[in-house]
Amino acid sequence: MNPQDESLVPRIPLGDWVDVAFDWLKENVAWLFDAFTIAMDFLIGTLTDLLVAMPALAAIPLFALIALGLRSWKLAVGTVIGFVLVVSMGQWETMMQTMALVLIATLFAVLIAVPLGILAAMNSTVSSIVKPVMDFMQTMPAFVYLIPAVTFFSIGVVPGVFATIIFALPPGVRMTELGIRQVDSETVEAGEAFGATRGQILRGIQLPLAVPTIMAGVNQVIMLSLSMAVIAGMVGADGLGKEVVQAISTQNLALGVEAGLGVVILAVYLDRLTAALGNPGAYKSSLVALAQKAIAKRASATPTGAAVN
Amino acid sequence: MPPVITAEGLYKVFGRRPARGVDALRQGRSRDELRDSGLTAAVIDASFSVDPGEIFVVMGLSGSGKSTLIRMVNGLLPATAGELRIGDDVLSDMSPAKIREVRRTRVSMVFQHFALLPHRTVGENAAYGLEVSGMNRADREAKAATALEMVGLKGWGGYKPAALSGGMQQRVGLARALAAGTDIMLMDEAFSALDPLIRRDMQDQLVDLQQRLDKTVLFITHDLNEAMRLGDRIAMMRDGRIVQVGTSDEILNEPANDYVARFIQDVDRSRVLTAGAIMEKPNEVLGDGQGPRTAHRMLRATQNPWLVVLNRDRTPRGVLWEDDVAAAVGAGRDDLPWSTVHEMPVASEDTPISELFTLAAKHLSPIVVVDDKDRFLGVVPGSRCSPPPASAARTQTPTPTDRPGVMPPPDQPPPMHREVRDEPAG
Repeated sequence: MNPQDESLVPRIPLGDWVDVAFDWLKENVAWLFDAFTIAMDFLIGTLTDLLVAMPALAAIPLFALIALGLRSWKLAVGTVIGFVLVVSMGQWETMMQTMALVLIATLFAVLIAVPLGILAAMNSTVSSIVKPVMDFMQTMPAFVYLIPAVTFFSIGVVPGVFATIIFALPPGVRMTELGIRQVDSETVEAGEAFGATRGQILRGIQLPLAVPTIMAGVNQVIMLSLSMAVIAGMVGADGLGKEVVQAISTQNLALGVEAGLGVVILAVYLDRLTAALGNPGAYKSSLVALAQKAIAKRASATPTGAAVN
Repeated sequence: MPPVITAEGLYKVFGRRPARGVDALRQGRSRDELRDSGLTAAVIDASFSVDPGEIFVVMGLSGSGKSTLIRMVNGLLPATAGELRIGDDVLSDMSPAKIREVRRTRVSMVFQHFALLPHRTVGENAAYGLEVSGMNRADREAKAATALEMVGLKGWGGYKPAALSGGMQQRVGLARALAAGTDIMLMDEAFSALDPLIRRDMQDQLVDLQQRLDKTVLFITHDLNEAMRLGDRIAMMRDGRIVQVGTSDEILNEPANDYVARFIQDVDRSRVLTAGAIMEKPNEVLGDGQGPRTAHRMLRATQNPWLVVLNRDRTPRGVLWEDDVAAAVGAGRDDLPWSTVHEMPVASEDTPISELFTLAAKHLSPIVVVDDKDRFLGVVPGSRCSPPPASAARTQTPTPTDRPGVMPPPDQPPPMHREVRDEPAG
């Protein structure tokens, strides 16, 4: 930098201010972080223990069954092949750890994102505040979240899950807002015209019709969680991410490829599954669809059921 | 009877600080001047009243403010100025909860694009208004099933709306409004999205239901034919203002200004007054192969002195007369007793009514209306001598028994006949 520039534009210590603010937070609301740490440690620990405790050869059929239930036999077959490959690469346990991290982070991200999205859809003031905040959260380099996360929660899986939730939140909020706003205005008007309250319109019309879009958002949340979960390996969160970080620091290509493949397989599995959740009508051979069909058939067989149900 | 809907000096202006728009309009500014200052005047100084049991049609082209107007009646859009009353209750004085109460119990609505809930079954859609007002499942399902049966959708309750055609979907929309049990129904271009044949059926069904259930209907349309067919009275709207309110007859014969005159002249007058527009379907027609005894029974059932006989391909064969049939039955004949006196006048459906008159004057028979392939469509009981049949020619000839709320003055014959009679004089 030219020294002249420096004399003309005074240095604004923005970073220092943020640092001070975070220090203040750490000293004054430590109980909040402690509570978060205890809760997350417990949740992720329990889920990880559960997933890891199950023998891989018992867990794989279970995952395949879920795939069959929600989507198709093709995904079930793919799941078996992919997960067996992971086991043979010796990455099963780390993949389960990552899966636990992703699932818990997704759960919390969705719990925050969907209500926030609903608020933003119903109130344009909220929307105009939320939008730039979401832009900020999405464009800020993901690594930066790790710094305060470590400050607050020290090393381990908790800063990882904290950073993951923050990083994965925006698409959930955006897609929920979009989903509700794009519900046909005449349909919403019909609700109003028949005297429905705002709550009745939200529950009975807007949310059900927004489900596919919201689920597309949840799908995005999971994908972002997964990518962040790998980065979380840098702060010591156990899982595939830690393997990748270790592979980088030791220039171990073999380990890097194996851990990376594990991430890919997990990502494909979770992505296809949540895509099917958002659009169940498209997968007619899933067990859920078949069961629904059977129920509908039985209902229409009885004439009174067809007339009123 | 006091009117059920009363609008007095209603204004609706969209934009920032709309009240200044109302002031400007009252001082005589035009709609265009308002637009320059960023305001859109959708409804300007609208006053009208709708009587109980009446079909009141608001007719105007797109942008005339008719959709805004109908939404002000149930409070979906609050008026910027002026007063709207449902019965004796002033809408603008009501709390949001009270307005919801009015929508649940007094005013239901049918939408142009049906606005059904795609994730619910037809039955659940029909029951929606009742569900919203908190009725228990068994009761609301029973009422919805009744309403669906009324619109001819018995047994469809378990399907999703997407499985139904457009016409059937709008029947569900109609059933939803009927099931709500309100005395007022708002219909926002309810049939405009349907193809012409279905639209015609729906219009007939609406009139039929309205007569049976004695609903008050506020109907919005941009189609003059529809307005003329349905409306007991019609309000013509242009650029946010109501330019004329009157019966279809008054509007055709005494247009209030050049706009209305041009409208009815250029756009639709010829089509309104064609055989196809005023004809009706007789309750019974005789098949070619049936004998005099069947004819006799049908004549008794329809209470007309004549009966149309159709060939197998639905082209008209001829008209039988009561006396001839009675004689044939008495004599024990098996062939159909064609009249030696009367001929059958036939007109195509697009024949203007002026030409029908010539036919009607020559013949005692009803005029048989056929389509472009000579197939039977209906009859115009045009002759002055034949009494109108029990099924009465819809809104064109309201009979006192059918429409208690809208009795025409006794000295004024129904519009169709008057139109016929006026022609030769003019």
